[in-house]
Amino acid sequence: MRRLLPHPVVSGCLFLLWLLLNGTVEPGPALVGLVVALLGGWALALLDPGQPRLRRPGLALRLAGTVLVDVARSNLAVTRIILGLNKDRQAGFIRIPLALREPQALAVLAGILTATPGSAWVEFDAEEGWLLLHVLDVGEEEEWVRLVQDRYAQPLMEIFA
Amino acid sequence: MMTQAAELPWFAAVPVALLLLAGAGLTLVGSLGMLRLKTFYERLHAPTLGASYGMSCILLASMIFFSVLQTRLVLHEIAIAILVLLTTPVTLMLVARAALHRDRLEQSQGVPASARRRPDGDAS
Repeated sequence: MRRLLPHPVVSGCLFLLWLLLNGTVEPGPALVGLVVALLGGWALALLDPGQPRLRRPGLALRLAGTVLVDVARSNLAVTRIILGLNKDRQAGFIRIPLALREPQALAVLAGILTATPGSAWVEFDAEEGWLLLHVLDVGEEEEWVRLVQDRYAQPLMEIFA
Repeated sequence: MMTQAAELPWFAAVPVALLLLAGAGLTLVGSLGMLRLKTFYERLHAPTLGASYGMSCILLASMIFFSVLQTRLVLHEIAIAILVLLTTPVTLMLVARAALHRDRLEQSQGVPASARRRPDGDAS
């Protein structure tokens, strides 16, 4: 079973995506989807990204909600900046120490921070765990450090424990 | 499909129109940001407007529009959203790191030499 389905969740998602795109559950397209899902799982196993274990799905949902709200707020803030309604802002780089080391969790964090219009992930020093972030409106540097560490990194550490 | 747009009942037409306007507006502001923001690193943030809620609003409008017209749930847009969400950070980080690399080689002002905080308080 391990050999046939090395990544059952990924294969399942690929299968569902295939059915979604075809908009049908007829045997023909479903069979092709099954092949695609199996091949996708094998390809991923060859790349060997490790087997992340997802714990606390409730916390993951809450984090997703937090991110949705934060991204919406950031959209409004950046819109104001571009339209010139916020004159006294200072763009700049911010360094944030991170205890997070799990590659999958870091990938999710990078996705969150880049999807937020006001902040962009620039570089990560994996050895000592320093994250270099570029933000459009720095404000209080402490607030950014707290935002990333407490709001995102802490729940991610518990989810990918 | 456009000729059928007139058949859309008002309870669907109003949210579709509002979502399209919001999504197009955000994407437009993002494009405007490419013109108005001064430095390269600032301009990195502008297209994210279109890639986050700009995209979401337009896709949501498309989902409502086609679901109501075809009287069945159309969910293709979810696949588009997932793919955009997964691919944009990759491009953004590649571009940002390339710029950082070049700026460090040229020893430009205002670019941090490393992600680590130096003990002697290296100013960023």
